[in-house]
This record gives sequence, structure tokens and C-alpha cells, in this order.
Amino acid sequence: MFEYAPAPESVRPPIREHYGLFIDGQFRDAADGAVFKSVNPSTEEALFTVAEAGEADVAAAVAAARRAQETVWGPMSGTERGKYLFRIARLLQERAREFAVAESMDNGKPIKETRDFDVPTAAQHFFYHAGWADKLAYAGLGSDPKPLGVIGQVIPWNFPLLMLAWKIAPALACGNTVVLKPAETTPLTALMFAELCQEADLPPGVVNILPGAGATGAALVDSAVDKVAFTGSTAVGRAIAKSIAGTKKRLTLELGGKAANIVFDDAPIDQAVEGIVNGIFFNQGHVCCAGSRLLVQESVAAEVLERLKARVETLRVGDPLDKNTDIGAINSAEQLGRIRDLTETGTGEGAEVWQPACDLPERGFWFRPTVFTGVQQSMRIAKEEIFGPVLSVLTFRTPDEAIAKANNTPYGLSAGVWTEKGSKILWAAERLRAGVVWANTFNQFDAASPFGGLKESGYGREGGRQGLEAYLDV
Amino acid sequence: MGSILSGAEAASLVRALPGVDAVGLEARAAGLATRSVKADAKAKAIDLAISMIDLTTLEGADTPGKVRSLAAKALRPDGDAPATAAVCVYPSMVAVAAEAVQGSTVKVASVATGFPAGQVPLDVRLADTEAAVRAGADEIDMVISRGAYLSGDLERVFHEIRAVKAASGEARLKVILETGELVTYDDVRRASWLAMYAGADFIKTSTGKVGVNATLPVTLLMMQAVRDYRAATGVQVGVKPAGGIRNTKDAIKYLVCVNEVLGDDWLSNEWFRFGASSLLNDLLMQRQKLKTGHYSGPDYVTVD
Amino acid sequence: MSKKATAGRLRVKKTYKLYVGGKFPRSESGRSYPVSSPDGTELANAALASRKDGRDAVAAARKAQRPWAGQTAYLRGQILYRAAEMLEGRAGQFAEELADATGAEAGAALGTVEAAIDRLVHYAGWTDKYTSVLGGANPVAGPYFNHTTPEPLGVIAVIAPQDDPFLGLIEAVAPAIATGNTVVVLASESKPLPALSFGEVLATSDLPGGVVNVLSGRAAEVAPHLAAHADVNGIDLSGVADAALASDLEAAAAETLKVVRRPGRSGSSLDLLRQWTEYKTVWHPAGMAATAGGGY
Repeated sequence: MFEYAPAPESVRPPIREHYGLFIDGQFRDAADGAVFKSVNPSTEEALFTVAEAGEADVAAAVAAARRAQETVWGPMSGTERGKYLFRIARLLQERAREFAVAESMDNGKPIKETRDFDVPTAAQHFFYHAGWADKLAYAGLGSDPKPLGVIGQVIPWNFPLLMLAWKIAPALACGNTVVLKPAETTPLTALMFAELCQEADLPPGVVNILPGAGATGAALVDSAVDKVAFTGSTAVGRAIAKSIAGTKKRLTLELGGKAANIVFDDAPIDQAVEGIVNGIFFNQGHVCCAGSRLLVQESVAAEVLERLKARVETLRVGDPLDKNTDIGAINSAEQLGRIRDLTETGTGEGAEVWQPACDLPERGFWFRPTVFTGVQQSMRIAKEEIFGPVLSVLTFRTPDEAIAKANNTPYGLSAGVWTEKGSKILWAAERLRAGVVWANTFNQFDAASPFGGLKESGYGREGGRQGLEAYLDV
Repeated sequence: MGSILSGAEAASLVRALPGVDAVGLEARAAGLATRSVKADAKAKAIDLAISMIDLTTLEGADTPGKVRSLAAKALRPDGDAPATAAVCVYPSMVAVAAEAVQGSTVKVASVATGFPAGQVPLDVRLADTEAAVRAGADEIDMVISRGAYLSGDLERVFHEIRAVKAASGEARLKVILETGELVTYDDVRRASWLAMYAGADFIKTSTGKVGVNATLPVTLLMMQAVRDYRAATGVQVGVKPAGGIRNTKDAIKYLVCVNEVLGDDWLSNEWFRFGASSLLNDLLMQRQKLKTGHYSGPDYVTVD
Repeated sequence: MSKKATAGRLRVKKTYKLYVGGKFPRSESGRSYPVSSPDGTELANAALASRKDGRDAVAAARKAQRPWAGQTAYLRGQILYRAAEMLEGRAGQFAEELADATGAEAGAALGTVEAAIDRLVHYAGWTDKYTSVLGGANPVAGPYFNHTTPEPLGVIAVIAPQDDPFLGLIEAVAPAIATGNTVVVLASESKPLPALSFGEVLATSDLPGGVVNVLSGRAAEVAPHLAAHADVNGIDLSGVADAALASDLEAAAAETLKVVRRPGRSGSSLDLLRQWTEYKTVWHPAGMAATAGGGY
């Protein structure tokens, strides 16, 4: 093979040394002065410091959001609200590369993905929902649907800007105001988004951004918000659902998954291999809907695995800012530890582990793409969400067995089906207990397409007409 | 190397090939096309691409003078740039071309078999082939009968390729599928395997004479076919995209595909070719740019 | 009371049993409790369901769910309509039971039964329409066909309204089963008899056993087990009058992330249909010709 020379992305975003909390249109430090550092996971170097919101800050932000909702944003016509969102979408497009590089630096994900997926899809979400703002009466949710009020939103570190867009765009389009807590390891693009809100002249208090960790999130959930929207782990989702029990707060949850990616013997094999790779190695496997369980029909298992391994050998792991990097850094030392622990149980329980022979950088948090074969349903690596680039391969004999194994999980977020036979796809899609089914593709997302889970993967949808239900009183 | 299969067996095997998902294939090609090849890697890729060109002229207006000019360019494209792989001409121009490149590494490839439509009787196509070989062609670029293929007569296509293979003697046989007329990816895959079962040394996308010529997804699919064919039979077959590849950026995308789908074994002009004419000058201008640090222009490469 | 019997004939009284898996068992606990009308007249003994009866009912509901959801929407509609027909034929009986249970005067009770029949007819007509109304094709920005359909959540536990023991129960159950869910319904604690009789209507309506399971008993005893049961996908607390109990049940339901309908929430019939469905979105590539793509 010929080696590609380093192809580093040259744009550098303006990253400040320190960021405050974004409350009522202004950056300010935390009431108690708390500060934390955000680290570049590919170098372990601190990128900037940021204020950490406490209870007093949460109360101030919620009050600002309440005032903005009642006096400005709620009374504003849908047309005008929509124009602000269109403006935000355009600004995101204009500054797309800065956001992409910043996301890559703060999160560790490859620039290829932030540039081609995260940022453009985030802009699409604002553009899409902007158009809803003056058409809510046509959304099939009654002739005069009302906003819920102030929304508390807590988002994860795997797609920081995109999850922000999934949360903020529909909330604002429906006339709500928001207080959003980005994940503690990835606050950068949310803070840049706050600057972008200033640039867009968005009225103060409509969007408030409160960096912080779990305690900040808990304070936000417990604050005087009308609704909580959370994306993250099932454990935290469960805690939130418990804590709002008996209140009037609404709740939508987008939680974990352990998706089955089913490859039938009549699949388009080369595309299925691409789908398997995209399903589990996209974003280092830090994807709630990742195809982490490959269910392959026994009759083609050997062939699929051989091709899969050959393909995984070509994945390029390393510097997230290199345009040719396919797999970047694991987001944090903590997550790396979790992935290591769970993969060790895989070998301990008798599964066979395989990794390509790729070099890893010396500093930073890295994990080689990993394929476990000989995995059984009872093993932890088949049951628990690893949230890393680790694929568990299981086999099945008949279509019924494939569906039974695929559904045999408390989760129900997504699933994949690969077969050239249309009737088999429809048969499988109907039986799979998952909110999203990808047939002959995987990990596709779109602002017009509702996304969300069943069972312990949560409830509520984001995107599409159906996603509006989460932000309207109907 | 002859096929041990009968036409019926080959036809039945290719009909049983798994399907191709068009969107997935195109997404994979688009993904490979995002590779950024810079600096030393780019210099290496440019020289490799030059060395893989079948420098082509296939016009009714071709003359011995035009062919000699082309051959001279193939031998010494520019300064220390490598020679191209071959010159590719009509059978009537083979003798001129052979004389012009004699003693060099540059091969003479001749289109034959009633190129580009192939709509002449088989004995005429075989005579066309034999004449080209006699005149000194090292390589024969044949066309398949798309009409026979599309009418479902895969056996006839198979037998015709075998017959042309026999008529080609020692010359390497490139089988042009004319993928723009086969239209679907499923048929491109089937035709690729049919050609390989029949003894093709290369499978080639296009004549360059129809609306749609080489595309990256089609060529990627053909690369997957030769990869799988070698895994199944042990026989290695080359790939030649032709038509429509005009600049360095595009050529490098194809090389990235060879690199990541086929690997080292195909990364030479023994196994991968570009059928092109204007591509060479763009590669040379890019080559000059890497050497001088500034952009070149069309007056700094030769018009041939 | 209003039951007329020939003078001198001993009336045959009905034993009110549970309705689980299409059968009419007594409580596995062997317990029963006396049910009286508001004026204190003893009406009957009802089975006092235990947590194990709840468990059996959930198992029956789970077993019935996949086949029920797999029936055509048209057939589900016909079966709901059949239930309305059966109820119409026994409207008088239900009016009496309702009047006994609630103390309502006969005309009002009959009006309530008729309203319940009309609700069943209403939801019978929804079964083959809500999918088109709630779902549809989504215009995604890529070469994919993408469509969304509402799918049943699975097994729904319903704590039926306490003071609206018949119409309220049907309003809760009908939208859940119309969309392919199966239900375990805990009838009004003090007024369970019309609900238990409704089981008899369902049993003669071609409704497969297990699709609706009716328990009678104490909400405070049975509901916590239903709320915590891992194989229950949603819980309707609209009949829980005690705010503290409702809060505890919601917290218990959170353990397995059940969908919860809180007390006091009302809505249109479409809202109720939406309550026990969740959207499934299916993507598929749309593309074939080699000449359509590429462009390299």
C-alpha cells in the first residue's frame, strides 16, 4: 500500500482561554466561582477553562428563560421565531469549518465526521425546524398547540453540537425557551453556539448554556422547568424519570442501546460489510444506536467475517484533525477505562478477540477497533452497552432466530437488516422492537426523520413532524 | 489461461451472484473519494498514475503522424516523468505505434472486435483481433456484445470472449464491458465475472464512446469483482477504467480505491490502467506544480 | 333492587371472577371482598386479586400481544365493533349493574352504557386509520425511502378510574387495544362489577384471550407490582386518586422506563391512541442504476 502523507486540517477556530456560563444573553462566571478544564482527548492537553454552573446559576438561567419565554419568545409570531432559527442555521453553515475543527479538538472525533456529518446535520436541524415555527397548527397536533414553557435539556458528549441542535431547534421552533447543559467533557461547541446566538441577535434568555457535570444536570432537572429532555445513559435516564415522578414536568428520554445488525445470507455482502463498519466504528462507537451486535447468518458468517477483518485493517486510527483519519480518540480516560473493562470480560467469558495491527499515538486516549467472535447472548459484551469501537459477532440459523435474538434485550433503539429480498426486510422491520430500523444501510440521520427508542432506550422522538410532540402542549 | 467452465456453467454462476446495493456502493466510493493525498504521497501517486495510462487516440481522423506524436509523448511525457503504460490505438495504427515504441517499456494496445459497438459478425471481429496481433499489438481491448448480454444470452457473450482470447494469442486481453450500456450495478458485476470466467486478463469499463463512461462506483465494483475472483480461483485479473477521467484529483481517487480495496498486488501498471488522453497533461501540470511550488498552465505541457 | 324475579323463585346470583387469558379464574389467593352499592346494599363478592394474579395477567397479556398486533387493522376494528354489538345486546344488564354500583338513576346509567358502546364503535373505526394519520413518509436529504409508523408499546397496565367504573374503563382500554397493545386493567376498587361483566362481553366478541385482562382488587396492593413489573411497557395512572400513590407508582415505573400516563390527563381520542404507541422509522436505500449515480 502507499501511505498517505499527513493531511492536517489547517483552519483553527478561535478558542478562548476561558468561557463563562451563558445566561440571559451574557457570559458570566459561576456564582460560587467554580471552574473546570476541558481536555483534548487526542493529546491530553487542556484546551480552555470553563465556569461550572451550580444551583444558583441554574435558578438564574431558568428565571431568565422564564422571563424570555413569557415576554418575548412565547408571544412572538411563528414567522419571526422561524426567521431567528433560519438565521442560526445560516450562521452555522458559514462558520461550519470552525465548528467542525473545534468539535474534533474537544471531542476527539475525526474531522472527516465533524465536517461531513455533525456540523452540516446540526445546521439542517435548525433549517428544518425554522420552517415549522409558523406551521405548528398544521402538525396534526391540534389547531392551536401551545409551547410547554421552559425546557431543561441535558446532552451527551458523543455528538455535542448535533445533540444541541436536536434539542434546541425543535424547542425554540415550538415557542419554548431552553436551559441546556452540555456534557462536562465537551462544552466547547455549545459555548461557541452561545456566541453564535449573540451574533444572531437572539433575544437574551431564549437560549442559556450551563456547562457542568452530573450535579449541574441534577440541579437543572430539579429546577422550575416545565419539561426535561435528556440524551444519555439509561442509568441517568432512569434517575431523572424517578426524580420527576409526581411532578407536572414532562419528560423525553433518548437513552442507551445494544442494536443488532442482522446480515442474512442473501445480503449485498460488500455493502453489508460497509454497514457493519459504519454501524460500530462511526464516531469510535460512541453512538447510542451503534450496531454493536452483529447477527450474521451461519451460512455466510465465515465469508462476512473475512471481508470485515480485511476492511477493518484499512481503517486509519489517529490524529482526529488529519483528514484521512477514520477513527479518532476515545472521548475521555474514564470512557477508555470502561471500554477496557468490558472488553476484558469478553475474553474472560470465552469470546475470541481480534484487532487490526494499527499503531496508536503515544499520548491521548485510544482504543483499537475490536471484533469479538464466538460471542454468546449470555456474555456481558452481548448484553451491555460498551459505547466504544467494539463489535460482538453472533450467528443465527433462521430468520425467526435472528429476530428473537435481536429483540432479546431491554433496549430498543435501533436495528439493522441486510438482505436483497424486499419482503424479508418488511417482515423483519415489522418484528424488530426498535425505534429506528435501517435496512441495507446503517447510522443514517435526518432532521425530517424521527429518531428515538423503545423500552429502556427511552421515549419521545427527535426530528420530523413527530418530534414536535415533545415540545408542545397538545 | 483457459476457462474450465462451460458457457452454461459460467452463465449460471454469474446469475447467482449476490446483489449490489447501489446507494451503499456509491456511498463507499464517495467515502474513499474524501481521502486527502498530499505532499510526497501525492508526488508518488502522480507518477504512479502516469505509469498506468494507456495513452489513447481513437478517432476516425487518426493518422500515422498523430500516432507517432502520441507515442513520443508516451515514451517521454515530460522531463523525468515516467513513461505511460501503453499507447492505445485502432488496429490500422498498430504497426505505426509498434515501431514508434519499439525497445521501450511502452506497450501497444489495440482496440479490436469491431470497436466500439462490436456489431459486426464474429469472424470479422476475430479477424480484426488477429490482424492487430500480427501488426504487433501487445494487448487487445475487445468489446463485449452488449446486445447479446442484454437479451440474456450470457453464453454467447462467454463464447465470444473465449474466441477472442484464443485469437489474441500471447497478447493480454482487456474486456470492455461498456458499463454505461449495461446500466445496473448488478449487471456490471455479472458481466465482470462472466468476462473473467471466459479468460479476461483485464476488465475495462468503457469505450469512451458512449454517454456514461468510467465512474468511481462502477470501477470500485469491478475492483471488488477481481478481488473476489482471485480469492475464489487464484487468478489475478487487472482493472481499467476508461473515459471521463480527466484530472489528477479524479485519478488519485481511483488510486485510493486500488490502494484500499485491492492493495499492493494491483498497484502497478501490470494490473491497473487508466484509459485516457487528456488526463496525462493534467498530471504533468500537477507534477510541475509540486516541483516548482507554483501552478503550471497548458502552455507548459505539450499538445500532441 | 331492580332485579325482577318471579315471586317465590330463588334468584341465581352471579359469582364475579377475574378475566385473565380469556378465562374467568378466581384469585389464586382464594380471597374475595364484598362489593356494595353506595347505599350500603351488598351486591356481590368480587375476587380480590393478588400480585400473583397481576403477574399471571401480565404473562397472558404478553403472550397475546404479538399475535394481536400482527392481526390486520381491519380485523382488530371488526372485533372492537363486535364488542360494541355484544354490549348493545346487554345494555340493560350493564345499566343495572352501573346503577347499582354508582347509585345513578336508571336513565343516566343507560346513557353511560350507550356512550361506552359508542366509544367502542369510535375506536373500532380508528384501527385502520391512525397509522396513516400519525405516520407517513419523511423527505430525508438523501437517496433513501424513509417512513414512520406508530407501533404498539406492548403490554399496558391500566389503573381504571375509581368513580367512572365503566365508561372510564372503556375509554382507557379501547385506545390501547385498538393500536395493538394488550392490557391488564385493574377495575375500580369499590365498583368493579361492571368491569368484570365487561370481560364476559369481550370473551364473546372474538377478542383473543389475553388481549384484555380484568382484575378486581386494591390498587394500593396490586398496582405497585404492575408498575414495577419489567415486562409491562406502559402504565395508565389516570384512575389513581391518591397523589402519593400515583407518585410512587410513577417512580416504580421509572425503573424500567415505562411510559406513564399521569392522573388527570385528558385528551382527544387521537392523543389517547398516541399515548400507547411509539414511532418506528424504517430507512431503505432508493437507487439502482449505475448511470444515475457517480459523477466522478
